[in-house]
Amino acid sequence: MRDFVSKRIREIAPSGIRKFFDIVSEMKDAISLGVGEPDFGTPWEISEAGIRSVQRGFTHYTSNKGMPKLREEIARYLASRYRVHYDKEEIVVTVGASEAIDITLRAVCDPGDEVLVPMPSYVSYAPCVTMAGGTPVGVECREENGFIVTPDLLKKAITPKTKAIILPYPNNPTGGIMTRAQLEDIRQTILENDLLVISDEIYSELTYGGKHVSIASLEGMRERTVLLNGFSKAFAMTGWRIGYACAPREILDQILKVHQFTIMCAPTMAQHAALAALETGRESNYEAVEEMRAEYDCRRRYLLHEFNAMGLKCFEAKGAFYLFPSVASTGMNGDEFASALLKAQKVAVVPGSAFGKGGENNIRVSYAYSLDELEKAIERIKKFLNIGEEV
Amino acid sequence: MDKNKELLGLLTQDCRRSAKQLAAILGESEAEVKNRVAQLESSGAIVKYSAILNDEMLDRDSVHAMIEVKVTPQKSKGFDAIAEEICRYPEVKSVYLFSGDFDLAVFIEGKSLRSISLFVSEKLSAIESVLSTATHFILKKYKVEGVVTTKTGGGRLPVQP
Repeated sequence: MRDFVSKRIREIAPSGIRKFFDIVSEMKDAISLGVGEPDFGTPWEISEAGIRSVQRGFTHYTSNKGMPKLREEIARYLASRYRVHYDKEEIVVTVGASEAIDITLRAVCDPGDEVLVPMPSYVSYAPCVTMAGGTPVGVECREENGFIVTPDLLKKAITPKTKAIILPYPNNPTGGIMTRAQLEDIRQTILENDLLVISDEIYSELTYGGKHVSIASLEGMRERTVLLNGFSKAFAMTGWRIGYACAPREILDQILKVHQFTIMCAPTMAQHAALAALETGRESNYEAVEEMRAEYDCRRRYLLHEFNAMGLKCFEAKGAFYLFPSVASTGMNGDEFASALLKAQKVAVVPGSAFGKGGENNIRVSYAYSLDELEKAIERIKKFLNIGEEV
Repeated sequence: MDKNKELLGLLTQDCRRSAKQLAAILGESEAEVKNRVAQLESSGAIVKYSAILNDEMLDRDSVHAMIEVKVTPQKSKGFDAIAEEICRYPEVKSVYLFSGDFDLAVFIEGKSLRSISLFVSEKLSAIESVLSTATHFILKKYKVEGVVTTKTGGGRLPVQP
């Protein structure tokens, strides 16, 4: 029998996280710091809106783009929170931001097109570029710069084939963010090279010590940006699978084509829940989001302090819910450290190498856990490093 | 006071946190945290630290009840004197003055139904200004002191991208 699987798919390396997942799942009383979703449950009024919509018979397709009222509310949300302005016709509601990444890349990539992927970053970008027929080009970001994209890094990576750049900030796994000034710095290079920006802002609500800035709010950028976001992280709605892509009609209408032929529309129930999330958020001045952020910030400060005190140098992450400490001081790389820690103390962290180049000596630690759980994990990591309580 | 709010929130969640941990979480010095906790304790703002138990897990044969009590307020002392008298019984865990149909809510823990019945009939009802009582036994606890004791929701996958 011949090989039925496409070469393109066969050649994509499986996610580096899988191996760890299998080991941890089998292990009793392991503490995992490996998740990428909030520990908070979906706020009750949001869940109730989803349930009510089903009970009231909203169990049919919606328009391909998503319910007009939801798109209006998304436009309102983006304008008030990030000063980016989209018409409801410039928004498509997707099955999580994950779908938005995929359909955007498929609408953008021609064979041979290069797409810059800053690394370390979320595991899906490069494979999605490949699946869309493009060529992913890793841009290795540096810890000393806070893992951001700089004009120098861009210029080194850009070739005549470069068409787009993915901008994943606030960043998973590093927790790095890009300030307005840092975005301004790369703006000129993007304009000069006529690049499209695919800005994944899924963690936009989770920044500490300053509000998130969307690159689409910078002069001359809106027309060359596809803004991706969703409800998973801000409203603790991962399982609902609901996100969105925003872009000028020129681009969005083509993205919509991919969406309508593959997905039809995002789940109707989840759209109703998302609408409630934005409406109740607006009416309460996003109180629930702010409370969540404050809680994450406590955990962030705690872990930063502990890792640095343990001698695992940790860059001060100001976004998402991850820290990305370096384990170089132990003489191990991230993979070795993560494996040894899991074996010796049953604490699961994700090796930085799973997120591409530049994270080989780091581990990703999620703080989407209660302080109680984090404290237990830290105790075990201290034991692993042979650090006792000082008297 | 705002700073104390955060500190008190953390202690309410888990009072066994060390000053060192609290300092790390709050971004303050250990000495400052120790000092503030000591002040809160000595001023009586923190009443005491206690453990919340899950009776079902412990297989404890204890019976809990809330007793609504109607009383005649006493001249010049109002409800205080009678409430203080009820507080003296060790089996009484909490006493609150309520607005509405009854006056005092008395939360009580006993070894058996009988022990609670005896308390109501022989001790509580015997107090002169008590007009009537209504005893409600607690059948199940869903949330105790802000902690949900019944399991809900599905878990998360342990490792995710």
